[in-house]
Amino acid sequence: MSNIDNSLKEIGKLNDLQQRNQWLNNIHPLVKLLLTVIYILLVVSVDKYNLGQMLVLAIYPFMVFNIGDLRLKEAIYRMRLILPLVMMVGMFNPIFDSSIEAGIISMVTLMLKGIYTVMVAYALIATTSIEAICYALRQIYIPQILVVVILLIYRYIFIMGQEADRIMTAYKLRAPAQKGINYKAWGSLIGQWLIRSMDRAESVYESMQLRGFRGEYAYASKAKIRLADILYLIIWIGVFAVLRFTDIVDVIGGLFI
Amino acid sequence: MHMADALLNPAVAGTMYVATASAAAYSIRKVKMESDPKKIPVMGVMGAFVFATQMLNFTIPGTGSSGHLCGGMMLSALLGPEAGFLTMIGVLLVQCLMFADGGLLALGANIWNMAFFGCFIGSLLIWKPIMKNGASKTKIAVATILGCVLTLQMGAFSVVLETLASGITELPFNIFVATMQPIHLAIGAVEGLITSAVLIFIYEARPEMLWGVGRNVNVSSTKMRDENSDVSSSKAAEKNGRLSFKKTLAVLAVVAAVAAGVISLYASSHPDGLEWSMEQVAGTSELEATGEAYEVADNIQSTTSILPDYAFKNSDSALGTTTSGLVGGLVVVVVCVGVSMIFKFFRNGKKEV
Repeated sequence: MSNIDNSLKEIGKLNDLQQRNQWLNNIHPLVKLLLTVIYILLVVSVDKYNLGQMLVLAIYPFMVFNIGDLRLKEAIYRMRLILPLVMMVGMFNPIFDSSIEAGIISMVTLMLKGIYTVMVAYALIATTSIEAICYALRQIYIPQILVVVILLIYRYIFIMGQEADRIMTAYKLRAPAQKGINYKAWGSLIGQWLIRSMDRAESVYESMQLRGFRGEYAYASKAKIRLADILYLIIWIGVFAVLRFTDIVDVIGGLFI
Repeated sequence: MHMADALLNPAVAGTMYVATASAAAYSIRKVKMESDPKKIPVMGVMGAFVFATQMLNFTIPGTGSSGHLCGGMMLSALLGPEAGFLTMIGVLLVQCLMFADGGLLALGANIWNMAFFGCFIGSLLIWKPIMKNGASKTKIAVATILGCVLTLQMGAFSVVLETLASGITELPFNIFVATMQPIHLAIGAVEGLITSAVLIFIYEARPEMLWGVGRNVNVSSTKMRDENSDVSSSKAAEKNGRLSFKKTLAVLAVVAAVAAGVISLYASSHPDGLEWSMEQVAGTSELEATGEAYEVADNIQSTTSILPDYAFKNSDSALGTTTSGLVGGLVVVVVCVGVSMIFKFFRNGKKEV
């Protein structure tokens, strides 16, 4: 029950963040999507022993979290799903790498990669609604069917999640002292819910038809790319290029040694 | 099984995106050709349904743990492989964005590992051949459990291959495989059991909802009669079905345990086999990662990555991180934090005004 509740709360929290009237929220979704993807590519292409560069690349997530007024705590909480596998893979580097030092460095680099990529993905979704991301996806010619399906899934997650919550509550009240659903009820409980959902899909389809759905999703407002969007994109790409393709880190470090 | 961005390099992630995109393009064409306008809302709602069922816990008898439903297998059994695949793409994308389960760059690989194997291999090579002459409870149970176990094994194996091909881990191939496969064997068996319970229920309540079932049945009249006689003896079959479900559960648990034991035994008693063969081939048993796949992928990587071997450009040390590089990195981080604090200060000032 608490599990479902938590997931729903997480969606609700993200929704609230997306609806804020922040500077970063108003940046064109395509710009944010592009920057996120470029940054992730940049991070994962860093050599596994190049810890110095990895440290510097923290600039982007740090700045975005500040500009977007986001909380680091939330991003860290989101890492719980994805980091275990990364840790499992990285944990053995100190043992199997050429030397222990090399192994530790490659392990830390890998962890940082995992942390940065989750952070920027969070920064994207916390400042951009799914509708806006889907709009951006349409602009880079992702097929209509896929985008509409994504939007519909997102629309119904909350409703279905609440339904799951109700089902679990009802089940727990009738079958106390059980951790989950008993195997005897697997089929009937979920099966009936599935049939109900199929029927619901039918009525969704009918109401969409009545409201004029012809396979194309209509967007309320089509965001135009402003000068600020272009500047934001260019500045960051410039910063990325400097960080990635020059020895700026070595140069700055040289000043202090 | 969701992979993080950190586990892939750009070349492997790109390759997986291309593979996924071509499967998606094929599926979109197929779904468009069906031109069933109802399909899109159904795909959306079923995607959300799969999402919601992931939040439920199912008790696994005999153990204290809980399992989930296998989305790919269930969606393709209801919608067909193509529509199921597209729905899974949507589910995985939303999962990745909303819950940080899987990375944006790794999405291509994740779709391939979970949706492609689950939907296409599971439904076309396992579900459809078994259901060719009509469905029955046993057939559904066999097809679903077999499908879930096999597709999860394939998925887990390709996670291993993709990670090793990316040159991320120093973990030897055999150890990695020996940890991934047995875990996913158990998960696959459990997911298969839960999914088959649901599909069997659907078969009893609304058999027409299942995809790819018994197209030959209504062709000839003799088969129709067979079906009628099936119905008359359905009560006996039902009892059998109930019993067999329990039995399958027990049998599968034993099989899973035995198989896991055998695999891990094999893996631990034969780690030298691989090293031995490497010594024969390469003259050394201490390669970084094993196998040709790694080297091929490494070549691809060094030719396609944004800046190959950047770290080794101006230093002879294998580490590639010079002291000045580390110090410089720290300085930049400090400056960065300072700038952010100034930014925050000004913004807060603005708010108060």
